[in-house]
Amino acid sequence: MSHKPPPTEMPALPSALRRKLLLGMAALPAAAVLPRVAWGAAPATAAVNTTGLAVSDDSVTVGILHSVTGTMAISETGSVQAEKLAIDQINAEGGVLGRKIKFIQEDGASDWPTFAEKAKKLLVNDKCAAVFGCWTSASRKAVLPVFEQYNGMLYYPTFYEGLEQSKNVIYTGQEATQQIIAGLDWVTKEKGAKTFYLLGSDYIWPRTSNKIARKHIENVLKTKVVGEEYFPLGHTQFNSVINKIKLTKPDVIYAIIVGGSNVAFYKQLKAAGIDLSKQTLVTISVTEDEIDGIGGENIAGAYACMKYFQSLDNPNNKSFVSDFKKMWGDKTVIGDVTQAAYLGPWLWKLTVEKAGSFDIDKVAAASPGVEFTAAPEGYVRIHDNHHLWSKTRVGRAKADGQYEVIYETAELMEPDPFPKGYQ
Amino acid sequence: MFADYSLSELGSIFVMQGFAGLILFSVFVLMALGLAIIFGQMGVINMAHGEFMILGAYVTYFTSQFFQNVLPSLFPIYFFVAMGLAFLASGGLGIAVEWALIRHLYRRPLDTLLATWGLSLILQQVYRSVFGPREVGVELPSWMMGSLPLTDVIEVQINGLFVMSLTFVITLVVGLMMFRSRWGQQVRAVVQNRVMAGAVGINTHKVDRLTFGIGCGIAGVAGSAFTMIGSTGPTAGQLYIVDTFLVVVFGGAQSLVGTIFSAFTISQAQSTMEFFLSGSTAKVLTLLAVVGILMLRPQGLLVLKIRR
Repeated sequence: MSHKPPPTEMPALPSALRRKLLLGMAALPAAAVLPRVAWGAAPATAAVNTTGLAVSDDSVTVGILHSVTGTMAISETGSVQAEKLAIDQINAEGGVLGRKIKFIQEDGASDWPTFAEKAKKLLVNDKCAAVFGCWTSASRKAVLPVFEQYNGMLYYPTFYEGLEQSKNVIYTGQEATQQIIAGLDWVTKEKGAKTFYLLGSDYIWPRTSNKIARKHIENVLKTKVVGEEYFPLGHTQFNSVINKIKLTKPDVIYAIIVGGSNVAFYKQLKAAGIDLSKQTLVTISVTEDEIDGIGGENIAGAYACMKYFQSLDNPNNKSFVSDFKKMWGDKTVIGDVTQAAYLGPWLWKLTVEKAGSFDIDKVAAASPGVEFTAAPEGYVRIHDNHHLWSKTRVGRAKADGQYEVIYETAELMEPDPFPKGYQ
Repeated sequence: MFADYSLSELGSIFVMQGFAGLILFSVFVLMALGLAIIFGQMGVINMAHGEFMILGAYVTYFTSQFFQNVLPSLFPIYFFVAMGLAFLASGGLGIAVEWALIRHLYRRPLDTLLATWGLSLILQQVYRSVFGPREVGVELPSWMMGSLPLTDVIEVQINGLFVMSLTFVITLVVGLMMFRSRWGQQVRAVVQNRVMAGAVGINTHKVDRLTFGIGCGIAGVAGSAFTMIGSTGPTAGQLYIVDTFLVVVFGGAQSLVGTIFSAFTISQAQSTMEFFLSGSTAKVLTLLAVVGILMLRPQGLLVLKIRR
């Protein structure tokens, strides 16, 4: 199923948005201002597209590849919304190298072979100049060989376990060490935590992340892991493990539970009388999106450790949140991954303009060093390893479903997808 | 792992662990009852059972929204209204499905399996399109949250108690209906010999429709109750379906008592093993044990003795 591209006529920009775009542009090299200066000055198609991508004199086609049906639709909806918003905004500003972005949306249907098939379609038939998509690691692993074989560019939004790096992928979410280490350091310093109970859903991301957490706890912090446990995806009964937690009385519960299990876990934790205002719980898997399902009153008091919260107090984020709600409704919430998905189209635009070309090889080569100063999370820069430098923050869940940001790292955390000593 | 604890602490933990097992038992019974009635009495394998449950969960969500916005003073008791509405909604949908789909497939059990599986996919997408792909959070009245502290360590979850009493009441009602009411008598007659039951004047089609409706309705109530302990989203029904089938098949397809017995065995085994081993390992061992027992006893734990 493909969607028609958005109408080329854009409504007048709200002033907040205009301010933000100007802000972003102020920090860019002169090339970024080019499309605003003169339409006629857009470089010739033959010069910016030497490999036969879907680029014409006035448009460029990109792909959006997420699940809008199946189990993962619940998580990927926000990413699709963010990517469409970014594309709209870029077009309103004049597009990329003077060309409006058209998008073709494909549905991965929560099925990994379908992701691979649709990725091939987007690259081979539609000649997309870039693809924004995938959510689970499994879907990314399924499309990776396709992107490498047909030389495409994928902007992948989810925080993930690391252990991967490709010329053809830009990882706009955090890899595991960025997310985990700062959080563990914080909880050790702030709460004087000595004992940790690690929990997770049973698949690659929680297991790899907990492995990193355990190494950091035991080797660096010199404290103790008193339990580590995994549950099948979709597990709904946590009373036994809650009893075990009560018995071992850990200083910190470190939970990486995903999907519907999350809801069951926090509801049962609360019902069992574990008060998160007294018991410290740190999670790296619950964004504002998940709290919608869990219910704010069930998780209030828990700490989450990631790079973005909807409540971040900076001008970039304020205009991003208001634009997002204007486009998708007042009740929508924005989680970490949604923001990371929003970065994708913008980073691609900045990279293409830096490279002065849509060619995949040139874009890949130009990516390291590209910085996006108007990012809602503040500021990001692409590392040589195609991951992002970004700050890590700790938020505390409130009953209204939002996080209160209580700590952020002073420096940008360096992405390190193959961390030495943590594998 | 027990060396560092005093005797009284250990005692408390075992009490709580026993209670956790009982909650799991109630959840299993509640999940499986609707399916057992349909599967056992009609021979229809209802793969859409989870989706009927989720319909009940959504009804609960909307009832809670309604009470919050329109009748905030009655919010503390909305859950009872929600369960009633969930029964009607899921039961109504069940009767409609029986009329439109199932009744044409009674002689083809494998086709009902495919048809209801298709139905489950359709329902999931309908929920996703109508209610949105994101999960919704059902807010509970405050009296249903938290726990009763019996001693320092032993705490009894209120929603656990609620699920247990609900399961008890529903099981009792189903039992009474099955063995004391005219409908139950007719159902049992149809199960034992469909042709003879028809010959003595029982309208077997009507009995089937009502049975399917009641089975689905109970699924709706279960879904409503599970908003207390689990998630409400378009595909959340899938979380329960495997365990549900496990309980029904293990118990012996045609026996309600068998279902209860098997729910008890599986839940206690699982919850005890989860305490001593890890979650995933416990699940694997439970499944292995069930497979092993079914190999020795393919008909399930308890079987209804009928003449073929």
